[in-house]
Amino acid sequence: MAVKSNLTNMVLVLGLTCLFCSAVLGGAYVLTKEPIAAAAAEKTNKAVAQVLPHFTDVEYNEEGRYYTATDGDTVVGYAIESTAVGFGGPLSLIVGVTPDGVVYNTSVLSHAETPGLGAKCTTDPRFTDQWRGFNPSVKKLSVTKDGGDVDAITASTITSRAYVSAVENALNKFKEVCHE
Amino acid sequence: MSKFRLITDGLVKNNPTFVLLLGMCPTLATTTSAINGMSMGLATLFVLVLSNMAISALAPVVPDKVHIPVYIVVIATFVTLLQLLMQAFTPAMYETLGLFIPLIVVNCIVLGRAEAFANKHGVLESACDGLGVGLGFTCSLTVLGLVREILGSGSAFGWNFIGGHDGMLAFVMAPGAFLCLGYLMVLFNKLFKK
Repeated sequence: MAVKSNLTNMVLVLGLTCLFCSAVLGGAYVLTKEPIAAAAAEKTNKAVAQVLPHFTDVEYNEEGRYYTATDGDTVVGYAIESTAVGFGGPLSLIVGVTPDGVVYNTSVLSHAETPGLGAKCTTDPRFTDQWRGFNPSVKKLSVTKDGGDVDAITASTITSRAYVSAVENALNKFKEVCHE
Repeated sequence: MSKFRLITDGLVKNNPTFVLLLGMCPTLATTTSAINGMSMGLATLFVLVLSNMAISALAPVVPDKVHIPVYIVVIATFVTLLQLLMQAFTPAMYETLGLFIPLIVVNCIVLGRAEAFANKHGVLESACDGLGVGLGFTCSLTVLGLVREILGSGSAFGWNFIGGHDGMLAFVMAPGAFLCLGYLMVLFNKLFKK
């Protein structure tokens, strides 16, 4: 069955296989490029819409990793991407902040937390709802265990702390953006 | 061997998860729910059928000394193809399975079937073998995922039946994966081994 190997046929077969496969993948890449970009754009738009009040136009600042949402001429808020180290890896959030410095809402972009424990930071309403209208000048931004006003997820203090520090980073970035 | 026999063999006698114990890494890691397990199984099924067919067609012209590199290139091509397609059309599922999609390249089931079956048989038989083993893998992962989901999250295929309560979390995590796999293996061998 198998052909006896010599230099010519080894180079030829392996070379041709690679060439053909690269051609197939090149074609597939070109064909799927647009749908992939569309899916990614839809995902961010959804995330931004979730963390900010109604807006008509959104602009991305590549360097600062934040979106400025406007309705006509007025800025309705900033959606700021922020990452902290969670229990299982990086925890990426998008935090919506209205111009008065109050958190409008938060949403998780990606995480690697334990399913059933830390992963609840995306679903548990008792945890996620407390970020709606969270005003950092009234409430203390740290988990109750550390003397703050954020209720941690049961048995997931590390994830909750990471979430808090990601929100904190976002609020710091918001201050920088506003001082410009 | 009849084509039908090839398919049922992959499901029962050569079941990759419960009999051959191949591909344990994705088995344990992606079966946190029935849907996840099933998606991982179907993704592997897709690669397995196509790579088995391509390899059985290529086998007669591939020199012996470079056959592994050629097979890996072929398998990697199909996996990348799958990855691009999933990213474009099922982005949510792509995110859930994440790292385990590219890792299908090194899943020993795929290369194992190429070595043990596809390079000695025709295209059609290899396709049937790929289908059988792929279905066996899909069923095993779905069952394992379902058991872990019922015990760990109190839901089945995403349908929650215990209201707002928590399930037994251990079953969603790694220790539960090993426990469930072990007991299912015992059950499988009790039922099918003669």
